[in-house]
Amino acid sequence: MSTKPARDPLAQPGIASNARITKKILVLGATSGIAEATCRIWAAQGAQLFLVARNQAKLDAVAADLKTRGASYVGTAVADLDDTSKHAELLAHAVNSLTGMDVAYLAHGILGDQAIGERDFEHAAQILHTNFVAPVSLLTWLANFCVQRRAGVLAVISSVAGDRGRKSNYLYGSSKAGLSAFLAGLRNRVDREGVTVLTIKPGPVATAMTAHMNVKKADANVVAKSIVAAIDRNADVLYVPGIWRVIMFVVRAIPERVFKKLNL
Amino acid sequence: MPIANATSAAQAPASGKQDLAAESNPLQPFVAFESWGRYPKYKARVIPLHWQSDFPSVLAAVTAAGMTGSALPVGLGRSYGDVGLLKDGTLLQTTGMDRLLAFDPATGILTAESGISLAQILDFAVPRGFFLPVSPGTKYVTLGGAIANDIHGKNHEYAGSFGCHVPCFELVRSDGSRRLCSGTENADWYAATIGGMGLTGLIAWAQLRLKPIVSRAMDCDHIQFHGIDEWLTLKQQYAAAEYNVSWIDCVSTGKNFARGIFMAGDHAKNPGELKPSPEPKLVFPFDAPGFALNRLSVAAFNALIFHKQMKSHVKASVDYEPYFYPLDMLLRWNRVYGKNGLVQFQYAIPWAHAKEGTVAILREIAKSGLASFLAVLKAFGDIPSPGMMSFPYPGIMFALDFPIKDATFPLLQRLGDMTLEFGGRLYPAKDAAMTPQQFQTFYPDWQRFAQFKDPMLTSSFWERVTGAERTIL
Repeated sequence: MSTKPARDPLAQPGIASNARITKKILVLGATSGIAEATCRIWAAQGAQLFLVARNQAKLDAVAADLKTRGASYVGTAVADLDDTSKHAELLAHAVNSLTGMDVAYLAHGILGDQAIGERDFEHAAQILHTNFVAPVSLLTWLANFCVQRRAGVLAVISSVAGDRGRKSNYLYGSSKAGLSAFLAGLRNRVDREGVTVLTIKPGPVATAMTAHMNVKKADANVVAKSIVAAIDRNADVLYVPGIWRVIMFVVRAIPERVFKKLNL
Repeated sequence: MPIANATSAAQAPASGKQDLAAESNPLQPFVAFESWGRYPKYKARVIPLHWQSDFPSVLAAVTAAGMTGSALPVGLGRSYGDVGLLKDGTLLQTTGMDRLLAFDPATGILTAESGISLAQILDFAVPRGFFLPVSPGTKYVTLGGAIANDIHGKNHEYAGSFGCHVPCFELVRSDGSRRLCSGTENADWYAATIGGMGLTGLIAWAQLRLKPIVSRAMDCDHIQFHGIDEWLTLKQQYAAAEYNVSWIDCVSTGKNFARGIFMAGDHAKNPGELKPSPEPKLVFPFDAPGFALNRLSVAAFNALIFHKQMKSHVKASVDYEPYFYPLDMLLRWNRVYGKNGLVQFQYAIPWAHAKEGTVAILREIAKSGLASFLAVLKAFGDIPSPGMMSFPYPGIMFALDFPIKDATFPLLQRLGDMTLEFGGRLYPAKDAAMTPQQFQTFYPDWQRFAQFKDPMLTSSFWERVTGAERTIL
């Protein structure tokens, strides 16, 4: 992880991470398990948060929790982020409501069902739309806003599954691969404009999305801590838990003629 | 946003994505869900609840999948026996419902979803100068579980049971009806649900009245005693202390019979640090072999505890963590009993027979040679418990763990009968052995309580002690 000079005056070394700072953070997909855990840390730091999610009741519960934990402001909007035609209006409202924006945190996404997607293109297209097309739409607006301000962090949850397509989840994986590639390109474009792009690649995390998966999962609170720290140090790519950097290095290194025979 | 699971799909408005989600998240396979005592061992389907709206819609998803069977809400699984188990049924684990909904620093009233743990509440409350009104021996229980078992702590004489500090909660039934329950509104449902073992419905959220503290520190006095009379005298002498509990030696006979250490405590009066607690680090790493706990090792342990304290009276100031939750330092300490597990025997006997009953039961335990080292003696005070099935009532409370061995169950049967003879009762949250006849005598209101039971909810405990047939969903 590179240690670039911190651009955010609030993230200077010397300011303890638990110091009360009032970062302005826009959270898209705020009722996702990882997003909620992350927001609890920011709320305890007194951050100003604007939360976007699809379900009003769930959004209200999360907002009440974050207010109680000490967020200095919590704004909310109910929106289906699949509807890209509403993005500009939504993002403008959010940024106006926060009176600015230091961090945009994109945490929405769906796992989908690989088996269904293999026989039903509509489902495959749905996964690609929610996990790739919609974030591209959001990030286009957000990146242009940040470039114009010459500041800001765009923190986006991709996945280790995007590092190599596997038969068990290549639809989800390819949507995240597209997202990771988009983020790498965007970073290459906007870094010189003072904007940080953070690609977050979690392994399986214990949340509602993975409740049915029978694999070892990381604790969402531990993952959230790493994400907050990575944003504070303007990191580029975060594998979380860190062991996934090693695992995926190995997975990527397997020659295709061997890889295609494996059951992964 | 990630699509949750079958849960949200069942209640959310129709949208292509969510329908697909339901299909993509098949119901959980049956797994071994262990209670803290690791006995009995039953398989169940565990479905996590993440949102208040997940219940009862998740039950519809179960039936839609063509599966049958009853359900039971559970939290962190710290009950010892089968009160939190449902053989071949569906356990609805509430720990994903862990949101704080409001806190009023003027009154100390916290509103939170029922799956939040007391550890999470402490992390929030202590830095703000508040503490749990009643603390059990572990902080790894949920708010909902604390209400459902109407748990108690070392300050029962001062504060009553946990339910005394729960002004209201919302109860959701499997038919989707919701009731706000308090001492004045739906008072009968309120009384049935506190101590209601999770059988009256799902507690969606609850209020808890926290109490102010100015320091993490506890001022405590540890005093050796020999016999129940000395213990009673100490209790009188330290009546002003908010907390008291005693460790008692259940192995020694003769002149060391019923020796122990009386531990009185109060929250420090001088302002001190209110920083949050560190994360626990130690985990008991393996199942100890069955022979690890035997008459000799337990006797040695007890002698060590008794004499660790060289003076007969020690005063100390300690942090609240080791004071209230000494065993939480070692996660999964129940493994010390080996994979067969343990059962706890915990009674309350009213004052009229408390002393003779306690002496007789202690003699029976010492004679058996089966006792382990975790024996606790304490008095319950006069503050009435709000639940119709609550365990605490005025008298002597005693708790002791037994490793699971062949001779354990006949002994538990004898001890249960002795408790009954002395007019006492056993604690369902700790029990794996009481008979239907014992239960129905201990809790004479059980049939009235049964009228409040949700038809779709049951537990292996309830089926065992009432012979109730399971309702097929």
